[in-house]
Amino acid sequence: MTTAAPSHWPGEILAAFKAQDVRLVPYVPDNVLRPLIAAIEADPHFTAFPCAREEEAIGIAAGAVMSGMRAACLMQTSGFATLPNALASLVCAFQLPVVMVVSERGTLGEFNPGQAIVCRTMRPILDSMGIEHHTLTRLDECGFQADRALRQAFATRWPACLILSPLLTARPQ
Amino acid sequence: MTRNDTPRANTQVMNRAALTKRIVGKLHRREAVVGGIGNSNWDLWAADPTRAENFYMLGSMGLAAPIALGVAIAQPERRVLALEGDGSLLMQLGCLSTIAARAPRNLIIVVWDNAIYQITGGQPTPAAQSGTDWVAIARASGIMQSHWAADEAEFDTLVETALTTDGPHLIAARIDAEPGRHQTDRDPVRFAQAFTRAMALPVA
Repeated sequence: MTTAAPSHWPGEILAAFKAQDVRLVPYVPDNVLRPLIAAIEADPHFTAFPCAREEEAIGIAAGAVMSGMRAACLMQTSGFATLPNALASLVCAFQLPVVMVVSERGTLGEFNPGQAIVCRTMRPILDSMGIEHHTLTRLDECGFQADRALRQAFATRWPACLILSPLLTARPQ
Repeated sequence: MTRNDTPRANTQVMNRAALTKRIVGKLHRREAVVGGIGNSNWDLWAADPTRAENFYMLGSMGLAAPIALGVAIAQPERRVLALEGDGSLLMQLGCLSTIAARAPRNLIIVVWDNAIYQITGGQPTPAAQSGTDWVAIARASGIMQSHWAADEAEFDTLVETALTTDGPHLIAARIDAEPGRHQTDRDPVRFAQAFTRAMALPVA
């Protein structure tokens, strides 16, 4: 289990959520995401809660975004790998701007072979459905990337995925 | 194994199309209805294909209740119903705990229990073979206002109560194996846009 280096990346993501009026944050927990989840849950702007499974979070976000509440789903790489059917038949087929934020495990020092393999499936899955994704690696860029990716998702009514690289979440910056 | 002494066994077998029409006939305040995959949403479509507050899910089996939860959280003043098959709910049982934890006052889950995967050829679900009780599962998950409908009259009463009192509510009904007769248009983008526009209108 990696430990997040002290940095302000959670603040950058949180600020982008607020700037783009994301208010609902269903999540499946992850250790790297812990400071982001804690910051979001401490902020009354957001409604944030855990789900039993990542598909649920996608369904909740889909219902909310069609009802006027923007949402972002937080999860880990292995959880993302459970999603292709829901992304294809719900999010993409109905053209819904559902945003995912995935903390990337399985690369740059992973100890778990299963995580390393499942990590290789993530970008091909996203690419195969034409889902825009951005890998966030630098503290000085991540806020801009998150803000612009979310803005485009909601403007073009198409899903987007922010991938939080260990370069952002574990590297001293 | 077949059990004859359960609450489920003491209910009548009803008809999904008829019960869906009874639900839709009670909706006068722009309630949102999310129809689960296949027959659940085909019968919803047949009940009133002009109703813009209906959302007709495609292939994301098991996500009717989570989608409805998202609508219910976004719009606490609007009643929101999920119509879900037993096989579908079995795929996503964890959502009952998530829903119980959020405790949305305005959410109603209707479970159509025909004990089979009807659309794939009528194979029995493992829940049918084990005697799984949906109402018991829902209550044990924390959705305390969960009930079997013994007959059409009780189904009507349960729906009316769910539409007028704080939830979340779950209503389970045993149904026959009659397939949905009117398939929805295969036009997901139109459905999403129509539903989004309908949700932008105030609750009547």
